[in-house]
Amino acid sequence: MLQESPKLLSGNEAVALAALHAGVTLGTGYPGTPSTEILENFSMLGGHAQWAPNEKVAYEVGLGVAFGGARALVTMKHVGVNVAADPMFTSAYTGVRGGFVFVSADDPGMASSQNEQDNRRYAKAAGILMLEPSDAQEAYEFTLRAYEISEAWRLPVMLRMTTRVCHSKSVVRPGMVAVKPPEPPHFVRDFSSLVMVPAFARPAHRRLREKLAKAEEWNEQSGLNRKIMKSTELGIITSGVSYLHVREADPNASVLKLGMTYPLPRQTIRRFIESVDRCVVIEEGDPYLVESLRYEGWQVEGKPDMYRFGELNVTRVRRILAGDTSPEPVPPRGKPPQLCQGCPHRMTFAVMKKYNCIVAGDIGCYTLSVLPPFETIDSCVCMGASITVGLGLRHALPHEEARKVISVIGDSTFVHSGLTGIVEMVYNPPETGHIVVILDNGTTAMTGMQEHPGTGRTLDHEPTNKLSFERILEAMGVPNVSVAENPPDFESALKEALDRNELSVIIMRRTCRLAEPKIQLYEKAAARCDKPQNGTQS
Amino acid sequence: MSNRKVTNVVIAGLGGQGVIRAANILAEAAFLTGHDVKQSELHGMSQRGGSVTSDVRFGTEVFSPMVPTGEADFLMVLHPTQIENNLYQLREGGVLISTRMILEEGKEPDALDADDTPLTSRNFNVGLLGVLSRYLQFPEDAWQAAIRKHLPEKVHEQNLKAFDYGRSLEVTAC
Repeated sequence: MLQESPKLLSGNEAVALAALHAGVTLGTGYPGTPSTEILENFSMLGGHAQWAPNEKVAYEVGLGVAFGGARALVTMKHVGVNVAADPMFTSAYTGVRGGFVFVSADDPGMASSQNEQDNRRYAKAAGILMLEPSDAQEAYEFTLRAYEISEAWRLPVMLRMTTRVCHSKSVVRPGMVAVKPPEPPHFVRDFSSLVMVPAFARPAHRRLREKLAKAEEWNEQSGLNRKIMKSTELGIITSGVSYLHVREADPNASVLKLGMTYPLPRQTIRRFIESVDRCVVIEEGDPYLVESLRYEGWQVEGKPDMYRFGELNVTRVRRILAGDTSPEPVPPRGKPPQLCQGCPHRMTFAVMKKYNCIVAGDIGCYTLSVLPPFETIDSCVCMGASITVGLGLRHALPHEEARKVISVIGDSTFVHSGLTGIVEMVYNPPETGHIVVILDNGTTAMTGMQEHPGTGRTLDHEPTNKLSFERILEAMGVPNVSVAENPPDFESALKEALDRNELSVIIMRRTCRLAEPKIQLYEKAAARCDKPQNGTQS
Repeated sequence: MSNRKVTNVVIAGLGGQGVIRAANILAEAAFLTGHDVKQSELHGMSQRGGSVTSDVRFGTEVFSPMVPTGEADFLMVLHPTQIENNLYQLREGGVLISTRMILEEGKEPDALDADDTPLTSRNFNVGLLGVLSRYLQFPEDAWQAAIRKHLPEKVHEQNLKAFDYGRSLEVTAC
C-alpha cells in the first residue's frame, strides 16, 4: 500500500482511500452533496460502508464503533451536522477510544443546499479538533492523520471540507503518511468517561478543556500548518481551498496555511503576524479566523463583508487583497435545473396546483417545483420540516384556509426525519385534520440515487429488510392511509382528503425515471442470487 | 501575475450531456501526459437539466482548482444554448470549441443521431474533445487510455471513433 502509484482523485475519493488505508471498521452517513461519494467510494474499494436513516443515527453508530476501540468514518453535508449536533457536542466530553473522524462537507455558494453555514464554528462550539484539507492530496493525508490525532487525544476529529475540496480532482500520491494499524476492538467499561450523568459530565468538561489546551500546544508543532516565507511586505493567513486561490492570486506573498484550525496554533500565528508588514486573513464564508485573531488583540485585515457571500476564487482573492469593494460583475444566468421530463411527480404537482393547495415542502428534487410552470411549493426549510411546518400552519390559519394546507415529503426524507412529524400529527391533530403526501420514487434521487431504508437495499444495492411506510403509518394511528400509483388515483385521493377534516397520508408511489433502469438491474440480480435477507425469518 | 504555464479549459453544457465525463477524460489525459492537474465541478443539481460547467487546469504546478474569471484559454460548449452565457469565461484570444463546429445553425445535438458521422448526441462530448486535442500537445495514447478509463467498455469503440473524427476535423475556431 505504501508503494501505490500517483492517481488523479477527487477529495471525496481521497478520503475514501485514506479510510481504507487507516483500517476503518465502519463508514456511515446520510447522502448529501457534496459528501455523498465518500462512502460510495469507500464501499467500492472494499470498505464496509452503510447509509444511515439520518446523520444523528450515523454519528451515534460511529461513536459506538469508536467506543468499542475500532475506527469509524462518518460523513455528512454541512446541514447534516445540525442533525448530528446533539451527539456531537457530548462526544467531545465522552471522548473516544478508537479513531473517530467525521466529515463536514460545507457548501459555500450553495451549489446544492438551503444555506451556506460555516461549520468551523461547530468545532469551536463543541470543542472538537478540526482539520481542513485544501486539495485531494491533503484530503488523503489529513484523513490518515485525523485517525492518529483522534486516538492520541481520544477526541472526535472533524474533517472540514468544502464543495471545491470534495469535488475537485488533483494528483494524489498515496502512502505519504503512515498510520499505525488499529488495535483489535474490545469494550473497556469506563463509567466516568462514557456515562454522561451530571456528576461525570462536570469533570468531563474540565478534562475536555485541558485536552484542548494541550492539543493547541501540540498543534504548534503538528506539521499540519505550513509557512511559506516570501516577501515580508504582505503575509496572508488562510486555510482550506482558499490557500490555493491565495498562492495563485499573489505568488510573492508570504503565506501561513493552517491545516488544523481548531484549536488554533496561536504562537505560530502570532510569530507570523509579527514577521510581516501587512497581514490579511483570507477565508471563505464566516470571519472565523479573523474573529479569533482579533480577539487576541492582533491587528489583521479581514475581507469586506461582500465577500462573505458565496465561494472565493482567484479573482475574488485578488480583489480582497487590492481592497476592491466595487460591485462584482454578475455572470450571465445559466439554465436553472428543473424536474426531469418524465418525472412521475410532475403530474402530482399539477394536481396540487389545480386544487390551489398551500404546500409545505421539503428537501429533494421536488423542491424544484417551486419554479414555473408548477410554482407549487410554499415553504422549504430543512429535512422533515414539511410535515411539522404544515401542522403549524393548520393550527394558525382560519379553518377555510387551513383546510388547503398539505405537507409534501420524499421517501428518503420521510425516513430521515418525517417519522417524528407523523407522531406529532397523530398526537396533536389540528382541528381541520391534516394531509401529508409522501412522494415515494424509490430512491434518494436528488443526491444521485442512493438507497435508503425504504428501498429494501443497502448502500451497495444488496437486499436487506425493507421499511413499509403503510404499515408504519397505520401502526402510528393515522386513520386514512392510501396509496396512489397514477395521477387520476392521486387526484381522487387528494380530493377525498381535502373534503374531510381528518388526518390523511397519501403515498404517491412511482419510481424515479433516472433510477428505474438501475433498480430493475438490482432486482434482477437479487432474484438471481435469491439471497436470504439479513435479520428476517429465513 | 498569473502562472503562464497553466492551461485553462472550461467545459459547459446542460445536465446529462456528459460535461463532467468530458472533463474527467481531459483531466486524465493531461495527467497521463505528465502534467499537474486540477479539475473542479459542481454536482448536485447537475442531473436536472440545468447549466453545468467543469474547469480543467493543467501545467507544471496548478494551485486553484477553478479557472479565474475570464481566463479560460479554451471554452468547450456542448449545447448551442449554453454558448452566450459562458463566453465571459474565455480570455481575449481564447479558443471557443462548440457544437457550432459540427451542427448546422439552429439544430440541437439530437440531429447528430440521424446523420452519417460517427457522432451521436451521446458521444459528441468526446468528439469535441477530439477537436480540442488538435490544440493540445498530448500523445494520442494518453487520450485513448483516458477515454477507456472513464467510459464503460461497450462504448469504447464508438467513442474512440468519435474522438478520431473530431481530431480529424479541419475546423476554424470561432
